[in-house]
Parts: sequence; structure tokens; C-alpha cells
Amino acid sequence: MDMIELQGVHKYYRTGDQALHVLKGIDLTIREGELVSIMGSSGSGKSTLLNILGILDGYDSGSYVLAGQQMGHLRGGEAARMRNQLLGFIFQSFNLLPFKNAVENVALPLYYQGVGRRERNHRAEKFLDMVGLAERRTFMPNQLSGGEKQRVAIARALVGSPKVILADEPTGALDSHTTQEVMSLLKDVHQGGKTIVLVTHEMDLASQTQRQIFLKDGQISTRQHFDVQPETVG
Amino acid sequence: MMLDGLQEILFTLRQNKLRTLLTAFGVFWGIFMLIVLLGAGRGMQNGVLDDFGSDVLDFIIVWSGDTSVAYRGMGLGRHIRLDRSDVQAVSQQISGIGVISGETVLGRGLINYANKNSNAEIHGIPDEYFDVKSDVPFNLGRRVDPLDIDQIRKVALIGTTVAERLFSAGEDPVGKDIRVKDVVMKVVGVFYDKGNRGRNSERVYLPQSTFTRVFGGSDRIDAIWLRPAPGVDGFELEKKVVALLKRRHDVAPDDRRGVNSFNMATPAQNVLGLFVGINVFIWFVGLGTLMAGIVGVSNIMIITVKERTREIGIRKALGATPFSIVGPLLLESTLVTGIAGYLGLVFGVGLLELVAMGLRAAGTKLPYFMNPEVNFRVAVTAILLLVTVGVLAGLMPALRAAKITPIEAMRAE
Repeated sequence: MDMIELQGVHKYYRTGDQALHVLKGIDLTIREGELVSIMGSSGSGKSTLLNILGILDGYDSGSYVLAGQQMGHLRGGEAARMRNQLLGFIFQSFNLLPFKNAVENVALPLYYQGVGRRERNHRAEKFLDMVGLAERRTFMPNQLSGGEKQRVAIARALVGSPKVILADEPTGALDSHTTQEVMSLLKDVHQGGKTIVLVTHEMDLASQTQRQIFLKDGQISTRQHFDVQPETVG
Repeated sequence: MMLDGLQEILFTLRQNKLRTLLTAFGVFWGIFMLIVLLGAGRGMQNGVLDDFGSDVLDFIIVWSGDTSVAYRGMGLGRHIRLDRSDVQAVSQQISGIGVISGETVLGRGLINYANKNSNAEIHGIPDEYFDVKSDVPFNLGRRVDPLDIDQIRKVALIGTTVAERLFSAGEDPVGKDIRVKDVVMKVVGVFYDKGNRGRNSERVYLPQSTFTRVFGGSDRIDAIWLRPAPGVDGFELEKKVVALLKRRHDVAPDDRRGVNSFNMATPAQNVLGLFVGINVFIWFVGLGTLMAGIVGVSNIMIITVKERTREIGIRKALGATPFSIVGPLLLESTLVTGIAGYLGLVFGVGLLELVAMGLRAAGTKLPYFMNPEVNFRVAVTAILLLVTVGVLAGLMPALRAAKITPIEAMRAE
């Protein structure tokens, strides 16, 4: 089943009377359970593409179907609900709330699902346990190392049981050892059946995904895949 | 969920204790000043109205004098004399009269009781007289009644000043026989009229019929007192009454001396008009002060939103709807203004009560100041105003926060 389906997606950035054509007709299909990386040099439009996939940003033309639902022209509230139910985000800069401890940070998506405090914390602790941070649950973000912060962020991305995990340079701020730790954690998540889209400029990481999508000047240039698993692209 | 949201807000407020406190103080001060000013204004109004004495504020009094304009072949300087038939004519021919009463005045005379005496103004009145002066309190006894008039009873109503001079403290004047210009009268009532700064209590009232029988003067009337019926324009009524009396006594329509009148509504209207002006001024100043507080809240909310832009972006990415962003921000500003405003209200009313209590306890009577108070409606209006304004203060920044896209928000540092 197709989890993500983009057809002819265009995106412009407008500053004053100038328009920058960032995405120039993206056609992209990602199947359920795939682990895909999006690569490209800076300015190629890969973050823009991920933001559109994450319903964090709109697009100017084309269509986007996520988990069988049209994502075009959602109102603020609907977009928020879609993000909350279908998507989990992992950011390069972690984006943890500095005044909340690890458990509270992980539990945040559940708060917006309307889950009660006790149940929220219980589930959050389970996921912190899963990423190996059971003892750090009451630590504030500034008491955690970079790798630990990203593991908290991964737990937060997973806690709401989303269908797709979107990771934007998740290891960009980490050393090589921690990078590998985080990557293997992502692969574990993928083994668990999640669809993962990973934006990176590190060939090393991309090579560990099933399929690589290369963006150049706002267009998908070539598709390569390394035979980690049999190709699933239709 | 609701409790969760509240905890979040209290947490944010605690993060910025000093800032929250200063902002809240602005609102507190605004409402406090508004309430104190309104109370002081009301205190002045009470004080000034108290100066009107026991007079109702709509009475009209008509009396006669010497003509100053020659009319229908009669020269000026003719004395006009009103009598009971004038009262009758006015009450029969002019509609819209609520109460009407004649009054005959003898002037000052000696009043004795046992070996004490007093000098008082002696008036003859019908029983309707105290309908006109309905605000005059009777400390003891009763007013004149129709039987006193019909049976020409020798009874008297005395003012408190007269009572104090004739009777020793603790002695009940009612039922005692006093002598009014050497004529024995039984005291049936003691009144206190604070008009004329209490000097209206230096009077003795006799039933009209008794007065005429004892002191003569047949059916002479010195003044006609009247009050318009509810809803009737007192000024129009005054004109009609004066015109009728002038016709009856052949006084030129433009003669101001022959028939005179005074309408209490004129000074009352002036004073009440003045207080409308003062009240407008007070609201203007008070609301201005309050506005300054509100602008402070709005300002702080703008800063809060700016500071928390990144946080808002993250929350949106994790599924916060625009409402769940706007709601807490509005609640935050409403909470700050609401609590601070309520405290301002309580402290303001408290201060007014304290002043009023102090004045009462000390027994002092300040000129033109009495019972500072704020009525319940004003308090409720102030609270509603506050909550509305609190919401408005948070609305603009909150909507701004709701509109910003998560991507933009997360880029903010």
C-alpha cells in the first residue's frame, strides 16, 4: 500500500515581488513500511520537501496523499490533527521543550491527543525505556547529552503511534559514534513496521536505507537503491 | 485536560514572577483608582445632596408679592394676596398635580413650656403639607391629620430644636401642653427637617384651621406648595400654575414680582448635571488608568508570544491545534487581568469602606462629602469590563501566534 504519494508538487518561496521556484514538480511514492532517505546538496529543496510531507508547510500546486487521505488545503486544526495522528518528527536540533523533563517532553503528543496525565506519563516512560533512557526520565534537556536528547526526541516521535516518521538530519548535531547509535535505533523502529523518511546529506547513513532519493534543483534526479532489502518501489 | 492547561499556564506565569507581578499591578492599580474615584465622586454627590436637606427634589413653591408692572388700569405696587380659593382653583383647573398644600406663616413667636421658652416660626398648614415634605422624618409622634383640621384641634408639631429648648433630655414632648403665643396647644409630633442647615427645625406647625381660628387672617395663604404627579414635567406645571394665579389676580403675564415661584428641580437639575459631568470625568480618568494597565498586559503577551515562538512551533508540529495555542494564551491574560482586577476591586471597595467607617466612627461631617460608596452594578460592570479587556489584551498576540506556521516558528531563536 502506498503511504505517501506526491504528484506534480510545486513550491515557490516569495520574497517581495520575487518568487523562488524551490520544488519543480515532484512525483514521489513511498510504500508502507519503507525506510527511505532523501539526499541533496544544501538548497536542493530536501528540507522543503520534508516540510511538505510533514504538513508543516503548504505547496502551490500538485497533490499529496498521506495514508489514503488528501492533504491539500487543510485548515489549521485539521493539519494539526493529521500531524498528531499520522506523523512523528525527529529534528536535527532535537526541539525539546527546555522547561520540561524527558518524560514530559515525550508525553507532549499524547497531551494533544487528549490522553490523561497518568496514562500519558505511563506510555512516555515505556518509550523512554525502549530508547534506553529509563533512568533519565526526570532529567531536564540541559542535563542530557546530544545523543540522549535525540533519543528522547525519537521516543517522542513514536509515542503517539504515528504511521510515518519524518527525520530531518537527525544525526547532524551528533558525533559519529552517537550517529550510529541513533541510526540503529531508527532501523529498529523500521523493523517494527514504521515508514521512515530520512533527510540527510551523509552518504553513509543513506546507504543504510532501502532507497535513496536524490534532489537537485528542486527535482528528483535519479533514484538509487542499495540492496539492503528487496526493492519495494512500485 | 482543563486542569492540565491551567497547570501549564501557572507554570509559565511562575517562570516570569516579577514580570507577571508588575503587569498585574498595572491592572490592579487601574481598577483600584477607578473604584476609589467613583466612590469619592459618589461621596461628594451624597454630601451635596445631603445639603438639600429633607426637601424632595421636585417641589414647587408659589408665593405672592407686590406687582411691578401696571396692568389693566391698575398701577404697580399693588399687593397680591393669595387665599384658599387659589389653592382650590389650581388643584381643580390644572392637571398633573401630585400633591398641593397651602401654608400660612405667622412669623416668629414665643413658645413656652413650664418655665422654659423658645422662639420659633409659627406656620399653619393643612394635612397635605407633609405629603409635599414627604422626606421630613418624624422622630416622635405623628403629623397633622384631617381630624385635627376638621375639629380645629389645638395641637402642635414642633421641630427638634424647639423640643430641645423646651424639654429636658429624656422627656417625651408628645402629649405635653405647650403655649404658642400664650395659647395652649398639645404637642402631637416632633419632626426633624435638616433643610436650611437645620434651621427649618426651629418651627412649630399648627393645623390650618386652628391657626386661622387663633391668629386670624381668615383664609389667607402665604405660599402654595405642590409636587407634579409622576411623569409630569414640573417646569411646565410651574408655568401653568403661575399663569393661572396671575390671571386670577390680574397680574401682568410679564410681572415677576406679583406672583413668584421657585422650582426645586432647577438647582437639583444643576447639581445632578454637575455630577453627571464629574462622573463622566471620573470614568474617563479611571478607564484611562485601567487602559494603561491593559496595554501593559497586551505588551507582555506580545513579548510572551515572541519569546515562546519556537515553543509554539514545536507544539504545533506535535499536533497543537490553533485553538490549543490561542486558548491558553487568552486564559493567561484573562487570569492575570481577572485576578489583579478583582484584587483592585476588593482593595478599592475596602478603602472606601474604611474611610466611610472612619468618618462615621469619628462622627465628623465633612462639607460636601458623605458615605463614599460604589454600587453593585458598577462593580459588576467593572469586572465584566476587565474580563472582556483581558481577553482582548491577549487576543491580538494569541492570534498572531496561531497564524505563524510551525516551520517559521521553529526557526525562531
